[in-house]
Amino acid sequence: MEPILQVEHLSISFSQYHRGTRKRTLPVIHDLSFSICPGQVTAVVGSSGSGKSLLAHGILGILPYNSALEGTILYQGTPLTQRRAEQLRGREIVLVPQGVTYLDPLMEVGPQIRKGRRDPRSKARSRAVLERYGLGPEVEKRYPFELSGGMARRVLIASAVVEQPKLILADEPTPGLDARAASRILGHFRELAEDGAGVLLITHDLELALTIAHRVLVLYAGETIEEASAADFSAGRLRHPYTRALWAALPQNGFTPIPGTQPYPGEISDGCQFAPRCPRCRPECRGPGPVPYVPRAGGWVRCRFPEGGEAL
Amino acid sequence: MKHRLQFAGKKLLRMALLLLGVSLAAFLLMSASPLDPLQTNVGQAALGSMSQEQIAQLEDYWGVNTPLAERYLGWLFSALQGDFGTSLLYRQPVLQIIGERLANSLGLLLFAWVLSGILGLTLGVLAGALRGRWPDKLVRGWCLLISSTPTFWLALLLLTVFAVWLGWFPSGLSVPIGVEADSVTALERLRHAVLPALTLSITGVSNIALHTREKMVDVMESDYVLFARARGESLPAIVLRHGLRNVALPAITLQFASVSEIIGGSVLVEQVFSYPGLGQAAVTAGLGSDMPLLLGITVLTAAIVFGGNVAADLLYGVVDPKIRRGAAKA
Ligand code: SF4
Repeated sequence: MEPILQVEHLSISFSQYHRGTRKRTLPVIHDLSFSICPGQVTAVVGSSGSGKSLLAHGILGILPYNSALEGTILYQGTPLTQRRAEQLRGREIVLVPQGVTYLDPLMEVGPQIRKGRRDPRSKARSRAVLERYGLGPEVEKRYPFELSGGMARRVLIASAVVEQPKLILADEPTPGLDARAASRILGHFRELAEDGAGVLLITHDLELALTIAHRVLVLYAGETIEEASAADFSAGRLRHPYTRALWAALPQNGFTPIPGTQPYPGEISDGCQFAPRCPRCRPECRGPGPVPYVPRAGGWVRCRFPEGGEAL
Repeated sequence: MKHRLQFAGKKLLRMALLLLGVSLAAFLLMSASPLDPLQTNVGQAALGSMSQEQIAQLEDYWGVNTPLAERYLGWLFSALQGDFGTSLLYRQPVLQIIGERLANSLGLLLFAWVLSGILGLTLGVLAGALRGRWPDKLVRGWCLLISSTPTFWLALLLLTVFAVWLGWFPSGLSVPIGVEADSVTALERLRHAVLPALTLSITGVSNIALHTREKMVDVMESDYVLFARARGESLPAIVLRHGLRNVALPAITLQFASVSEIIGGSVLVEQVFSYPGLGQAAVTAGLGSDMPLLLGITVLTAAIVFGGNVAADLLYGVVDPKIRRGAAKA
């Protein structure tokens, strides 16, 4: 199937003033490549604060002014330029943000979902979408502060799908929800994919991601270190030591913690970023030169000595 | 309902305390003034030619020999009964003078207040929405320039340019000289009020614009504006739909807080334009040791400023859905 979105060698960086006057660039996402097919949920898993949200903002063309984007993004096979992103965002490509702070605190829910349109068709449509997510017409009259956490997420989903999008970018849609509410919200994304949309799920929660994702991309220090199918996890076919460690850290797999911490953006070293924490690390891993991202056994990996294989 | 009554009661009590404090402060400052009422109002030469009895009479008139506490309490008790006394300089009831002066000043103050509010809000929203671009730089530069310019200097500048050089507007007073009060047209009055009102507005704008800009910048960096952009809303739509809505609350506070600045500014501006308003009367009363008039004006202006704050509180309750819905539930 033709992918709806292809991201190739995407890098996003910030320019920042360092110690007063010296300007420096801070790479946040580095050399990211993946694609999303219609009907599929692709999860991007990375720890909190790793700049994952910027990926969604980059695709939508709403990065902050002091940031720069490199690489190519193709939407339905054609480059997604800033102009094109401006035309498509909010219609074909939609964002489902994290929480209630993304709603205007002084505007009622109904007008927000309709983006101010008042015609009867828009009204009927917003009502239908709210109903689809189990929210009654009275919710339209509420202000964001009168919504519970779960309701707010459903309102945010409703405000996105009211447009019948082809590509849905969901940015951490579940934190703060209890397990049942969270899996319910994720179920909605799975449904949207089954209806034919491509879904990009950005999250820090591998466990939840695995409940709905077809493919999982793992970010480490702003780089993709592995792309695997959801089945690879339970089948033990993981390629990268970090992905294995993440998997082993899940409750049902024994909570084995990973020692050490991820480097911050700006602390990027030569060679493999995971080297200081990697049990399989060898001298070659520390460079010189970055570790290449290579296809392997139906997925991708960025490791010189991947699991279950010889040196590359 | 009980809640509302409590609220109103608290406000009234606070207002009473405030007025008491302000009048006392004004009284003490005035009594501590080094100006001798007799010398300033009667004149050194005239005093020299007077007999002791005449001087003693004058001293009684200006209240020089009455103990401070007695003078203040005397004023306070009559004021509580609605009698603000008689102006020593104008020899008319204080309330009557205030009434006339207020009628002159009110238009000026209102015009300046409304204009500076509208201009300040517009410029602030514009600058905040276009942060870092040239309109923002222009607005900020202008505001900093204006706020570092003394009001009286600005007034003199406008006076020189528009009244003296260009001759578009009269250079002072509120009505033309030598025309009977009844035959002065509204247009004439307006022409006399334009320059002072403009001066007041210009100085008021910068404060409001800079603060509104700060708020607008916060709004533009908020999650909900980011989401609005992600949903394809254009910048003008975002400013109109989300920007104005969310700067409305701080703008109300600013606007009503500026009442005191406008009144304060009017003291200087009316002086420069010889505009016979409340501000000018305050200066005259202060310099001429006209205690009853000064106290009357002080109490009145303090009450106006306080009223402004109360109005801001009440409007908040109407505009902010959290307060509105919260009050509806309680
Ligand atoms: S490249 Fe080396 S250090 Fe890095 S993850 Fe692979 S084995 Fe570990």
